[in-house]
Amino acid sequence: MKLTRADVQRVAVLARLRLTEAEEMDLTTQLDAILAYMDKLNEIDTSNVEPFSHATDSTNAFRADKVTNQPNTEALLANAPDRDGTFFKVPKIIE
Amino acid sequence: MNLATLTLHEASDKLGRREISSRELTKAVFERIAATDATVHAYLTLARDAALAQATQADERLKQNNSVTPLLGIPIAIKDNFLTRGLRTTCASKILGDFIPPYDATTVGKLREAGAVIVGKTNLDEFAMGSSAENSAFFPTRNPWNPERIPGGSSGGSAAAVAADQCIAALGTDTGGSIRQPAACCGVVGLKPTYGRVSRYGIIAFASSMDQVGSLTKDVRDSSLLLQAIAGHDPADSTSATRAVPNYSDALNGDVKALRIGVPKEYFVSAMQPEVDQQVRGAIGELKNHGAIIEEISLPHTEYAVAVYYIVATAEASSNLARYDGMRFGHRADAKDLSETYRVSRDEGFGAEVKRRIMLGTYALSAGYYDAYYLKAQRVRTLIKKDFDEAFKHCDAILTPTAPTSAFKIGEKMPDPLQMYLSDIYTISVNLAGLPALSLPCGLDNQGMPIGLQIIGRHFDESTVLRIAHAYEQATEWHKKKAKL
Repeated sequence: MKLTRADVQRVAVLARLRLTEAEEMDLTTQLDAILAYMDKLNEIDTSNVEPFSHATDSTNAFRADKVTNQPNTEALLANAPDRDGTFFKVPKIIE
Repeated sequence: MNLATLTLHEASDKLGRREISSRELTKAVFERIAATDATVHAYLTLARDAALAQATQADERLKQNNSVTPLLGIPIAIKDNFLTRGLRTTCASKILGDFIPPYDATTVGKLREAGAVIVGKTNLDEFAMGSSAENSAFFPTRNPWNPERIPGGSSGGSAAAVAADQCIAALGTDTGGSIRQPAACCGVVGLKPTYGRVSRYGIIAFASSMDQVGSLTKDVRDSSLLLQAIAGHDPADSTSATRAVPNYSDALNGDVKALRIGVPKEYFVSAMQPEVDQQVRGAIGELKNHGAIIEEISLPHTEYAVAVYYIVATAEASSNLARYDGMRFGHRADAKDLSETYRVSRDEGFGAEVKRRIMLGTYALSAGYYDAYYLKAQRVRTLIKKDFDEAFKHCDAILTPTAPTSAFKIGEKMPDPLQMYLSDIYTISVNLAGLPALSLPCGLDNQGMPIGLQIIGRHFDESTVLRIAHAYEQATEWHKKKAKL
């Protein structure tokens, strides 16, 4: 086993996911099998290979630092789960 | 004749000659949807009223001969991971449920400007994560050739809608084969352009270093027309390429004489369905008869592509999907504090495959594992890209099967995620290397299910890919075979 249920619980906290006990068990088995398959990559010596950065020859793209989009408060707030006037309303962040 | 069965170029010609109107064409498409979508389930959202209004406007533009484009008045379906202003966009996820985008994806805006009619939004695997359209949070789409089978994925709804004549053409996205594999499963033409050829702005992000917009169409000419309409630089997508867009129709001259076509030996493996092997070899023979030079090549790192892809794609996905926190849009659960709100909202909003990939990607990026998984995968990705660079030194294009089998049965691969991932074995290297590739029909198997041929080109050389595909299509009748619904 490469992966334990404790690993799954730790990663679930990092990923902000609530998992049921059954999901934790299933994911432990499934991710363990998938990670075992990924170990295939260790067959290759990559000590002198640069990690991939971009598919084509494009480089960094710059643009002028000016506002081009039209703010539309109503359209942007239309999908808000909760709002207070022109503000997004969210659960208390600072205890 | 039923107008819904027309190809894009046929419909465009008829509209141009005023033999038909866009309203007639659009109505025919909606009638076809009404007659068949209870079986196929290709659409998540239909936009009938808006579509008919767009058709009326298109007819007015045609009447006045005002900015006529090949897409003017043509009913097009859009995968539900493109933002469409004012039209519900779910990404087939409960976490977006009733999301109404405040703006259009650049490609959708281009279609609107060209005067296309937007029929509706098609089903997909949730967040485009899957190869069968079974991972939709709403319902699975079925293959129009046989409703017991999957349409492929993730653009399964778009492929099925084209195959069932529920639209004239469709847009999809392809991160690891999500246009080409469903095109193969449904017997239509699917094109994934070079990474950077088409803007990704307004596409719901999955794996940003591989996501690309492309088309699902009834033939190769339609594919060239749709690419022409959506290709080009977009200031809103800094990864979109600034280089000039060629005239893709010029490539459709039927001439493949002296073109050098490579056939990678690693792609013809024992796990392949025998009819796929037969039909793809038949297609290679056909192109040889037309003067192409066929040579066996080697892409030695092919066997590592699936492992690399499922590390890189899940790592990028885990980061991209962090935005679904239930604060500014999307589903928010009622929980006791902020931390619980995040965790419960995401638990309730995401399906099993999305959670699995977020978990895998988070693990691969987490402290202590980053070097062993993510960095290792990016190094092997360089080797995979170099394989293609070497091959393209002496080849103009590469020919392979699109998928190892025809469309499998619904439910068949759901219990084993790794088996599902392996159905992308021929398509994902192309995304890892950022190359253009197209799938087109090249035969039927013993069960009467379509088989796809994949043509891979050099970076930004969609023209050669289209040229070979068109020449093959001219020489055969496979693209004229239709699903019997």
